[in-house]
Amino acid sequence: MAVTSMERLFQGADWDFATLQRVYDACHTVGVSELGLDIYPNQIEVITAEQMLDAYSSIGMPLFYKHWSFGKHFAHQQAFYRKGLMGLAYEIVINSSPCISYLMEENTATMHTLVIAHAAFGHNHFFKNNYLFKLWTDAEGILDYLDFAKNYVARCEERYGPAAVERTLDAAHALMSHGVHRYAGKKKLDLRQEERRERDRQAHNERIFNDLWRTLPAGAARATPDLEAERRRSLAGLPQENILYFLEKAAPRLAPWQRELLRIVRHVAQYFYPQGQTKVMNEGTATYVHYRVMNRLHQLGAIGDGDFLEFLKSHTNVVFQPGYDDPRYSGLNPYALGFAMMQDIERIVTQPQDEDREWFPDIAGTGDAMAVLRDLWANYRDESFVAQFLSPHLMRRMRMFHLNDDPADKAGMKIGSIHDERGYRRIRRQLSRQYDVGWIDAHIEIVDVDLAGDRRLILRHTVVNGGLLAETDLKRVLQHLADLWSYDVLLREVDGSDTVLKEHLVSPRRAALAA
Amino acid sequence: MHIVDRRLNPGGKSLENRQKFLRRAKALVQRAVAKSAQGRNIQDILEGGEISIPLDGLEEPRLHRGAKGVREHILPGNKHFIEGDVIPRPDGGGGGDPREGGSGDGEDAFRFILSRDEFLDLFLDDLELPDLAKTKLANADQVKPVRAGYAVVGSPANIAVNRTMRLAMMRRVALHRPKQDTLERLNAEIADCDDDERRLTLEAEVKALQSKVRRIPYIDPIDIRYRYFENEPKPVAQAVMFCLMDVSSSMSEHMKDLAKRFYMLLYIFLVRQYRQVEIVFIRHTDRAEEVDEDTFFHSPATGGTQVSSALLAMQQVVAERYPPADWNIYAAQASDGDNSYSDAAATEQLMNDVILPVCQYFAYLEVDEMGSSPVSGSSLWTLYERINTQWPLLSLRRVCSRTEIYPVFHELFQRRAA
Repeated sequence: MAVTSMERLFQGADWDFATLQRVYDACHTVGVSELGLDIYPNQIEVITAEQMLDAYSSIGMPLFYKHWSFGKHFAHQQAFYRKGLMGLAYEIVINSSPCISYLMEENTATMHTLVIAHAAFGHNHFFKNNYLFKLWTDAEGILDYLDFAKNYVARCEERYGPAAVERTLDAAHALMSHGVHRYAGKKKLDLRQEERRERDRQAHNERIFNDLWRTLPAGAARATPDLEAERRRSLAGLPQENILYFLEKAAPRLAPWQRELLRIVRHVAQYFYPQGQTKVMNEGTATYVHYRVMNRLHQLGAIGDGDFLEFLKSHTNVVFQPGYDDPRYSGLNPYALGFAMMQDIERIVTQPQDEDREWFPDIAGTGDAMAVLRDLWANYRDESFVAQFLSPHLMRRMRMFHLNDDPADKAGMKIGSIHDERGYRRIRRQLSRQYDVGWIDAHIEIVDVDLAGDRRLILRHTVVNGGLLAETDLKRVLQHLADLWSYDVLLREVDGSDTVLKEHLVSPRRAALAA
Repeated sequence: MHIVDRRLNPGGKSLENRQKFLRRAKALVQRAVAKSAQGRNIQDILEGGEISIPLDGLEEPRLHRGAKGVREHILPGNKHFIEGDVIPRPDGGGGGDPREGGSGDGEDAFRFILSRDEFLDLFLDDLELPDLAKTKLANADQVKPVRAGYAVVGSPANIAVNRTMRLAMMRRVALHRPKQDTLERLNAEIADCDDDERRLTLEAEVKALQSKVRRIPYIDPIDIRYRYFENEPKPVAQAVMFCLMDVSSSMSEHMKDLAKRFYMLLYIFLVRQYRQVEIVFIRHTDRAEEVDEDTFFHSPATGGTQVSSALLAMQQVVAERYPPADWNIYAAQASDGDNSYSDAAATEQLMNDVILPVCQYFAYLEVDEMGSSPVSGSSLWTLYERINTQWPLLSLRRVCSRTEIYPVFHELFQRRAA
């Protein structure tokens, strides 16, 4: 706490680049020196509203391959934005090194301060330190890899025609949610190496190409000995829940470039995999950090009272949580929940009550809130964070209750538990489940295929609580899958006792994808 | 930390994605454009605007669970529930959530905004002037470069490498430029040579050859040739469209409005799709006059009706400015179909003998009161129908409400199979 006061950073709403620099330096002083954040180098980019829309439609990345679905989102968002139905987000931040944050030029100096504290310090610290991001993403390599992906897709369009590329990407996108590895493999993803590997493989193929091989007479097909089903499955690496990975490796009739496209989509899905699991923590961290930084700056006199009120207005909008019966209610707001939990932990660490000591003996009253929070930010994801640190105090404050909706029960929905002694643990367990990807995503895996026989791909969806897959979408996705696989695809929906609830069989469309 | 100002970066990063999306949704968008154009003013059509399309073939399916099955929710804001309460389900199905999320099932129509150019492109797509056959070497603004041999001067981009090398070789052979291997052989011989006298001779020879090599260059500037191009005028199809409008007092405001809308569409279409089309506006009552665009669309006139006057005016303009040998001549006539009885014979004769023989295509649009039924045709309609049996290039259409204008227009100028 070396600093005791600061110069006013800006007067009024106007800003220029010198202001941004001063604001950044002030945030740096508070964030790094006082809160002890550990961040990637920052790069702050000032953009227009139109560029913000552009960034939206390519899932926030500064460069991305071209596909019609992004155009669709762009058209949609533009229509909404023009009508004023939707405001734009204040910021977009990219998990890369250097960490890129976008500022919109329309915003006031106060908003810029808020966004810098939020994105360039809060999110940045989280990206750099959280174990999931460390494990699954490669912040240094991602931009180069996306650049490679963009060029690769463009080259494929040139060589094989836009229609073929589009069909492959459509199919790959449909399976994107089932194109991630959920368990860490032997080595870390190195995206730079990915790019080199693809180049080398291509060069190697060209070097060893010999047209004579084509002219060799085909001998009589060798009869493959009937492998045992068990052995056959283990040879093919089954069961496999990463559908895209399996297609890339084993689909019999895909061209090499199609496999590479699947690989690209798979890598992108993998890159975003941690983000889906840390929504509450990520936003909670950023919100908590900007709240601390802004308060401190105000306290030091670096921002005026009027500016501080403007900040509080935006802040309360962001962390507003309407009740379940409010027309504005659309699920738990990750900003609100995350921020409330972080503040609650700060309270537990600094001013614990008896209840807190009983529930959180490890952290209650240790005194250094930032040390505890930094440790949480590094080592938890939403599911484990909620499961271990949602306190009874907060459940009471947010008046949480658990609703059990069983269609078999004709009378209505049952209130399972409320915020009382009996309910705390149940609510906490249930809420943490809501954030568990293993629980949210349907569990689908490829279980069997006889490559030497009819090549029918058999998938299995393990149904939990009778939740079958939505039929219309399922048919479409399976159609895409069958087109990539080029043979029949069968999906069985099976419940816990191995009873088959439903079967879906789809045949590939003629000449749809593979040659 | 770096601050980068990206505001001046070229915008439209999503343009390509947007084009891909429009291509994919083309059929749907086109239908929506035609539909939305019916209810709109011409000026509004020119502005582009919002359209809404259904999502056929544009869904992005994902695997997700449906609405069935047991669901558990944690909700905030409990007011009076206690454990074990049973509350009725909200209306609208068995599931807890009223609407299933996801982008596939149950999404509304998709609304978005088309820019002016995109809108017009789709609006006028697959329209063309029929039978644009006569081409002519017209004004020289359309030229095409053709090969015309070689020249000794030119731009470096046009250098003819083969020709240059050939000339260089001819010169080298003719002047006996020593070859590289000859020199090498002599040098090797010198190295092996024991005899001093012989060596001196050889060295002198090498020296002589080397000086010859220096004097006769491998490529001399006089060898260099450039490909030469000459500009050849390109034959272009020139076309003129005659817009003949009846403005007599028998035309009600509604009919005039229909006719003007039709010509407005025609005007947009021609101006946008063809660079080489001229438009002549002729309006007539019992006498005809050639007017400019502004007068044609905006200024009022009134009087009796003599269709032949307009045809005569057209004949005159054709004779003065558009020789039928060089020009593709088109005409679009709009009228309520009334013609003075005495004029019929003159009209028929003019059409048969003068107008139709020089025309590539003649579109006749009859405008009617709203809701009137096309019973026995008007005098002009009957007459044209008779002429039509001999002249298939005459097309007749009837319109009585605004919404029909675009479909009829589209029908008249649809791209036909060759």
